[in-house]
This record gives sequence, structure tokens and C-alpha cells, in this order.
Amino acid sequence: MKRSIVNRAVYLLGVAIYSAGILSSCTTQATEPANILTAGTSSTPKELPVVEAELTSPPMVPKPITRKTAAKVVVRLEVREVVKKLADGVDYTFWTFGGTVPGKFIRIRQNDEVEFHLMNHPDSKNPHNIDLHAVTGPGGGAASSFTPPGHETVFSFKALNSGLYVYHCATAPVGMHIANGMYGLILVEPEEGMAPVDKEFYVMQGDFYTKGAFGAPGLQPFDMQKAMDEKPTYVVFNGSVGALTGDNALKAKTGEKIRMFVGNGGPGMVSSFHLIGEIFDTVYPEGSFNTKTNVQTTLIPAGGAAIAEFKTDVPGNYVLVDHAIFRAFNKGALGMLKVEGPEDKSIYSGQILDKIYLPEGGTIQEMPTAKAPAAPKAESKEERITLGKAVFARNCQACHQAEGQGVKGAFPPLAKSDYLNADVHRAIGVVAHGLEGQIKVNGELYNSTMPKLQLSDEEVANVLTYVLNSWGNKGGVVTTEEVIKTKAISKE
Amino acid sequence: MNRLLLFLLLLCCQPLLAQKSTTRQMAPVASGTFVPLYGAAKDRVPVKGFLLDKYPVTNAEFLAFVKQQPKWQKSAVKKVFADQNYLRHWASDQSIGPDAAKLNNSPVINVSWFAAKAYCECQGKRLPTVNEWEYAALASETKRDATNDEAFYQRSLEWYSQPNPKYLPAVQSSFRNYYGVYGMIGLVWEWTSDFNSAMLQSDARAGNSNDQQQFCGAGASNATNVKNYVAFMRYAFRSSLKPSYTVGNLGFRCAQSSKVELARR
Repeated sequence: MKRSIVNRAVYLLGVAIYSAGILSSCTTQATEPANILTAGTSSTPKELPVVEAELTSPPMVPKPITRKTAAKVVVRLEVREVVKKLADGVDYTFWTFGGTVPGKFIRIRQNDEVEFHLMNHPDSKNPHNIDLHAVTGPGGGAASSFTPPGHETVFSFKALNSGLYVYHCATAPVGMHIANGMYGLILVEPEEGMAPVDKEFYVMQGDFYTKGAFGAPGLQPFDMQKAMDEKPTYVVFNGSVGALTGDNALKAKTGEKIRMFVGNGGPGMVSSFHLIGEIFDTVYPEGSFNTKTNVQTTLIPAGGAAIAEFKTDVPGNYVLVDHAIFRAFNKGALGMLKVEGPEDKSIYSGQILDKIYLPEGGTIQEMPTAKAPAAPKAESKEERITLGKAVFARNCQACHQAEGQGVKGAFPPLAKSDYLNADVHRAIGVVAHGLEGQIKVNGELYNSTMPKLQLSDEEVANVLTYVLNSWGNKGGVVTTEEVIKTKAISKE
Repeated sequence: MNRLLLFLLLLCCQPLLAQKSTTRQMAPVASGTFVPLYGAAKDRVPVKGFLLDKYPVTNAEFLAFVKQQPKWQKSAVKKVFADQNYLRHWASDQSIGPDAAKLNNSPVINVSWFAAKAYCECQGKRLPTVNEWEYAALASETKRDATNDEAFYQRSLEWYSQPNPKYLPAVQSSFRNYYGVYGMIGLVWEWTSDFNSAMLQSDARAGNSNDQQQFCGAGASNATNVKNYVAFMRYAFRSSLKPSYTVGNLGFRCAQSSKVELARR
């Protein structure tokens, strides 16, 4: 009903305009249309200085703002539809703000007036617009920036609120425009500015939906069904698998203060942003200038952002992930920060030891860095028994059991053991070198493995002395010298 | 009113009527109903049978038109009727230029609504309405209504997703649909006579606001089929236009009401 009225009205208006045009075209010269650029309708009484915004492609961030007063900032952002790599051997038609995913980083100051130019490249197939979450006004600017290919639109806004904000395209079908990569970040610095840091990075997560499975090669078309089911084929940082790894890894030096501006374009996924091996000293959750300290993983909603700050203490590779971890290892949500510089063993030692673990135990070898405290030396039989008991508990008890009873059919007994008591030197060899193959103990056959134990000669002497003086065995003392001698003879 | 229009028409196309072109034939599109993007499924919109050009208008055809209608040449056209990119891919007023061989048979682009309208009127035709165009575009090679044909839909979606090629293909190279009309989807976007009557708002998400009364097909919230992305993209594209705009992938084809056709015979 309404539609027909509107239609008719539009039609009549069209006819009127057209007729007027025809008539005027026959009579008068048409006047040149006024060029509508620099259209900022400033309501401030004094003229603000005009600044052309510095825009950067990810992972770079424009220089911090040093101005102490507001300015009129001119931002010129070009929309391009480009075919680029989504993963190795996989291409995708990205729709972009400035040729990259995410789009160019915009940095302004609270209370700046922004004159925003949106240019849509003539080769684009579709019209586009922009909704900046930093804008106070209908659609975040979308309604004023609807731009067909080969055109440019201009609107102005005042940045009333500080914060790190997402911008994105809002042209129907909105989901598809965002799913094709149309998002980026705009930082509105607070009036007092931000504390200086050594490095700033721009990272933005997004999910992609392709007809083919993850890694399926070729130019992959958009899969609407997967998008509506919110089952992404790819979840990536900065627009492609590997955008932040290998040669593209972010780089820093030890002792630097790092600030990451992290966004999440979505369209569908919430990011559990985490940097493996670092704790964020400060996080500005949801891009708001209120801080939290000592954060491990910060949640970034679709269409949201966060600022994460930390100091690099220890060199190495630090991996950025969406901690919904299958996305990191199976869908691409993985980046890297390479930190170079001197080691600081007091904070992180690196690997000290790599050895076979067997539940029978094993002792620690010497520490490469610190001096291990000297092992206590037994001065008497009693001390040998006391120290040997501790060695037994750590290394032998798991198999031979607390009372030396062993486990029938698996681990031979030490209590009242004919095999043990018959030959102490043989026992020394077994403890020092281990034993493999069939033996007969107290009439039972055993055929398993006794591992070679990493014990000092002193410990071998002590543990054997303890065993010989427990559970009804024959007693006696095994000295360290005896162990050394026996080991030398029985060396296999 | 009609008399005035006829007068204007004559004024516009005195010396020539209907340039005879070898490729220029029309196909009948039979009457029927369809559900457009806006409105509810129960409100099927009737479309009267009409004739539609088999191909979008080509560069060669449009060149012949501007040669006979100098006021539609690049340097002469009034700014209110076409923006500065009008025919920007042509070398000059009366020459396509070095790429002519590649472009002669490709759809003409960078033409405004006013120019397209004038061209059709000089052929004794008119631009199709949005409803006529959308109705005819529902057809795949074999079906009148391929709305639920997934392969056809995906093909359309993929074409709408790709940026423009350097040289648009010849009009005959595209697929022939059920009606015998070529390249409704896959060549260029096309002007319609009432392109701005059913609009998506420039901000496509403002669904249930009073603005709906201005934009009949406002937001996604009152679309019949929110899954119909290809229709969304067409309506979004039309909504972004003004009649003087020219775009590098926007062409047109002409239509005729069957009744007029019969009356002529």
C-alpha cells in the first residue's frame, strides 16, 4: 500500500526532474556542480589546524599523537576488492579498506574533528560504506558513506570518546562484507595521551568461510551456509594463515615495552587472545582506557578490541593464539613475536634436563648453572642405612615395594632374597648398570628390566647397605670404594 | 502528460528510430508472480508479460547512438545527466579507442540512468522496472524460477564477489536463461527504470525504524528471505546510486511492454 504511494511519488518526482532537466538542457547552460570536498561543518568558533591522518597497514601502527590540542584530521580511506593469499596455495577475494586485512590503522585524539573520505575503487563490484564504532551518530557513519564503485563520499564526526574502536563495512549483506575482510581499527587517544612504549603492533583477528575445507587450494569462494552456521574454515590474525609467522613474525628486543592493539573483526567468533609465555602486565579490556593488570588471556568480542602491554624479559619466540585452541592449530589463529637479546637465566633457565622418565624414578644429574649442594657423605653404618633408606624410597620402592617384597611375576623381592644375599658384588653391578633377562629369585622366575640407575657411588653404597640390613637380609656394609672397584671390574 | 512525454521523445530522437542492430533482438518474458526481496511471502508481486533485450547494450551500439545524438557525447553531456566518469573507458566523443576490438561487443558501462533511459527511448523502448528485471533474473538455464537452485545461486554469489575484469567479456559469451535472455547475472549490474523506489537504507541494518516508510525494502529484518544474499547485493547496489552516477560495471538493457508491441503490429 505504502509502497505504491512512494513509488508513484518517486516516479512523479523523477519525471518532474527529468522534464525540468530536458527543458533546461534545451535552453540554458547547466552550471558546474560545486565540488564538495572539505565538507567539514565545523561548529567550533575557532579554526582548527588541519592534519592529514597517517594511515598504516598492519602490523604497523601510526606514530603516537604529540599534539596537546584538537585538530581537524582528514582521513582518506580507499575500498578495494583484491585477490590475495588466505593460506599457502589458497586465494580468496578480499574486500578491504586500503588493500589489506585488517584495513588501515587510524590514529586520532579525543575531541578531534575528523573529515572522513571514503573512496570506492572503480574496479570494485559492490558499493560499500563504513561504520566506525568511534563515531557518535546514526550507523556510525554508514548512512553517510554509502559509496558505489568509482565514487567518493565525505562526512565529518567529532571523536567524543577515547578508546580503541573497530570499524567495518555495513552494506547489505553486512555479514558477507565483514566476512570478506572489511574491518580495521581506529584509536582515539585520550586527551592526556598515552605513555610511551618501545614498540607498537596492530593485530586483528577474523574468521573466513570458504567452500573448500581448510587448505583446499585455488581461489576459494565464500560459503554463505558455513557463515550462517558460524563454522569458520579459517580463523586468522591479519588476514591470512602465516601473516604473523616465519619471516612475517613481529620482532622485538629484550627489555622492551610492547603495546599491542588487538581487534576482532569477527564476523562470528569471539577471541580468547593469549600470548604464550608472557603475562600481559596491563590490559585495556574492550579497548576502553581502564586497565587491568597481570592478565593471561583477554576476551575480545566480535566487533571489539583490546590493548595489551607487556615487557619482554627473555629472548625467544612467543606465540599469539586464540586460546580456543583448535582455531590456533587447525584454523590458522597463530602468530609469533620473536624476541632477541641476552638470556636472563634468573627469570627463565631454558631446558636444564631431558631424560627418560620411568616411574622407578631416577635421580637428577648435576645442574649446569647453579652448584648443587654437595651430597651428604655417610660417616658410619647407621648413616649409610639412614641415607640409603631415602635413596631406596626415591628410586627402588616403586617396583620392589616398601618392605622389599617385590611384585610376584614382575619385580623380584629384595626381602630375604637368595639372589641378593648370594653375591653382594653382583648386586652392586645390578644397581650400577641395570639388569636385563631371566633370573631366578626365591624359586620364582623373573624376566623384566631393571633400569640403569643414575646414582652416585656413595648412593649405591648407601642403598645397598640399607637393603642388606632390612627385611631379614644378611646385613653388612657396602662402602663407596667397594662400589667403585666393583663397577670398574663389572663394566659391561 | 503522455503527450508531453511523446513530444519530448520526439524532440529527443527525431532523426532516428530503432537503430537496426544485428544482435539486437528481444525475448518474451511470460506473465507470472514472484516474491521480491522486500515484503512477505504471501504478497506475491504480479509481473505482466513483457519483452526484454536478449543482451545488455554493447559499446558499439551505444557508440552508434551517441554519433546520432551528439548531446550524449562525453564532452557535451550535461553534468546533471551524467557525472564526470561518463564513458571514461572511451578514448573520445566518437571513438572507443585502441581497445575497440576488445570492447565493441562488451556491455557498455559508465553510463548514467539518464543516458540509458534516453538510449532505450530512442529505440522506442524503455528501461525495465526493478520487478521486471528481478523476475527475469530468477531464471536459470532450465528453470523459470531458480530461487532454490543451489548451484545457480552459488554461481551468482561468486560472480557478485569478484572484482571487475580488465575487459568485460562479449555479451554473447554469458549464459542463456530460460527465456532466451543472456547474461542477466555474470556480465554487469544493470540500470532499472525505478532503481531507487525500493531501497535498502544506506546503512543496511536499520531495520524496524520509521524510516521504513521511505525505504520500502529497508533492512534485513523485513526481507522475505534473509538468505538471499544475491538479491541483497543487487538492491544494495541500486540503493547506492543516483541517476547521474556512472559506474565501471553498471550497464543496461531495454524492455518493452508486450501490449505496446502488439498494438504496433
